[in-house]
Amino acid sequence: MSEPVSQFVKPVTNSGRAKILSLHEAVALCVHDGDTVAMEGFTHLIPYAAGHEVIRQQRKHLQLIRMTPDILYDQLIGMGCADKLMFSWGGNPGVGSLHRFRDAVENGWPHALEIEEHSHAAMANAYDAGAAGLPCAVFRGYVGAELIRVNKNIKSIQCPFTGETLATVPAIRPDVAIVHAQRADRQGNVMFEGIVGVQKEAVLAAKRSIITVEEVVADFGARNRNAVILPSWTVTAIACVPGGAHPSYAQGYSRRDNNFYIAWDKIARDRNQFLSWMQTHVMQGR
Amino acid sequence: MNAYTPNEMMTIAAARSLRNEDVCFVGIGAPSAAANLARLTHAPAITLIYESGTIEAKPSVLPLSIGDGELCDTALTTVGVPEMFRYWLQGGRITVGFLGGAQIDRFANLNTTVMGDYAHPKVRLPGGGGAPEIATHCGEIFIIMAHSRRAFVEKLDFITSLGHGEGGDHRQRLGVCTQGPTRLITDLCIFEPDAITREMTVVSIHPGIKREQIQENTGWPVRYAADLKETISPTDSELSVLRDLQARTRAAHSG
Repeated sequence: MSEPVSQFVKPVTNSGRAKILSLHEAVALCVHDGDTVAMEGFTHLIPYAAGHEVIRQQRKHLQLIRMTPDILYDQLIGMGCADKLMFSWGGNPGVGSLHRFRDAVENGWPHALEIEEHSHAAMANAYDAGAAGLPCAVFRGYVGAELIRVNKNIKSIQCPFTGETLATVPAIRPDVAIVHAQRADRQGNVMFEGIVGVQKEAVLAAKRSIITVEEVVADFGARNRNAVILPSWTVTAIACVPGGAHPSYAQGYSRRDNNFYIAWDKIARDRNQFLSWMQTHVMQGR
Repeated sequence: MNAYTPNEMMTIAAARSLRNEDVCFVGIGAPSAAANLARLTHAPAITLIYESGTIEAKPSVLPLSIGDGELCDTALTTVGVPEMFRYWLQGGRITVGFLGGAQIDRFANLNTTVMGDYAHPKVRLPGGGGAPEIATHCGEIFIIMAHSRRAFVEKLDFITSLGHGEGGDHRQRLGVCTQGPTRLITDLCIFEPDAITREMTVVSIHPGIKREQIQENTGWPVRYAADLKETISPTDSELSVLRDLQARTRAAHSG
C-alpha cells in the first residue's frame, strides 16, 4: 500500500474556454502516444470521425477505455494503435463479434493487447468517481462473478457504518476523453441529447477532451432547463464534424447505418481485407 | 392449427412469464422481442427499462442496439448510464431482469466472457456488460437461450454472472437476497429451480418435443418436475402480434 496522497482536485477557473479547432488540430493538440483515451458513446453518438483521425495521425501505445467497444475500437486495435483495452462489453451491437479485437486477444495480431475487463456497473461508477475527483468507486457488485479472479483492480471494501462488504474499482481518470454531441454554441458550450451514456462523466473525469459536434450554432435557443450541457470551460477542444458519429446514431440528425454494421462483420474477418478497407476509407479519406 | 417455429415458441413462452406490474430490465435480441410481445398482449402496463438509460420505453419496432433512438423517442425519460446502474438497478427498482449467454450450467450460472482459458481464450466472447449486477440486483431473473449441447454444459469455462452458484443456499451465503434465475426458457422446454437444490428442473415441455431431445441437447442429466406440464401452444393472437412486430422491425431497418 502506498502512503496516502492528497487527491484533492485543483480547481480550474472559467477563463480557459474550449478552442474551436479543425479535427486534425484537435487530435494533434490533445492525443499523444501512450495516453489513456476514452472515446465514449453507449452505442449512440460514437465519435467515429475523431477516432479515425487518431488512426490517421498514427498514435501508438494508447490505453483505450470504453464501456462498449465496437467497430471504432476494432479499427483502432486492428491498426495497432492500442496496447491496452479497459472495457465491459466488446461486440458489434446487434450483429456479432469484433474480429480485430478477437484476433488481438486470441492470436496477438497485430500485437498483444492487454485487457482489463469490468462490468458495466463498475465502469459507470468508475467514470462517476473520476468526474467526482475520488480515487475509487464503491458499489454493490461482482458478487459470485469470476472477473474478481482475473482483474486485480477489482477489490472489496467494508462499509464503516454497516460492515457490508462492497466492491471497489479505481476511478477512471483518462488523459483524454473524446465524444460526439449534437451542438456547440460559438462560446464552446456543448449540448447532448438522447441516450447520453457516460459522455458527461468521461469529459469531466479526463484531463483533456475533444468533442466533435454536428453543428456550431449561434445560440442553443429555447431548451429544456435541465438540458445536458457541458460549459465551455470544462472542454479542451471542439471540432465541427457533421456526420461525425456515422455509422452510429446521432439523435435528431441521423440514424444508424445498419448496413455498414452488417458489412463490417465480413470486412473485419480477414486481416488483409481489413487493412485494405482502412487504407481506402480511413487513411486516405477524411 | 397454426404452425410456429421453435424460436417463436421460446419468445412467446418468455413473454407469458412477464406480468403487467413488472419493471423489466431488457436486453437486445430475444429478451427485447419477448418483453415487447408481453407489452403488446397481456401486459400493456409493464415497464420496460433498457440499460442505455431509457425508462418506460414503448418501442414500435425492436431496437437494433441499446443506443437506438426508438427507445429514447418512446421512453418516459432517459437518464445517464451511471444513474441507470446506481439508482435504478442497484437501487432495487427492477423486478425482473432478462439474461442470456453462450454457456449455462445446471444452476443457471452464465458465461458470456470466454471459451477456454481466460488468459489464452479459444474464443473471446463480448463479455458480461451489465450481467454481473443484473444477476444479483433484479428481483428475479428470466433466462432465454436456445438449447444446444455446446451451450448447456456440465461446467462453465468462466462464471460471468451468478445464478444459483453451487446450488442450495449459495446465493444467501454470498449475501444476495434476490431470487436469481427463477425461469429458463429454451426452444424445447421451460426450467425452474428445484425448491431445495436450486438445480434447474424441467417443469414444462413444448408441444411435440421429446425428453430425449432435451437430454441430447443438455450437458448434464436433466431432471423433471413431478407435475411436468406441456407448454400451451402459441395462440393465433400471440403469433400474429409477434410476427407483426418482427415485420415492422424488418421494414424499419431495411432502409
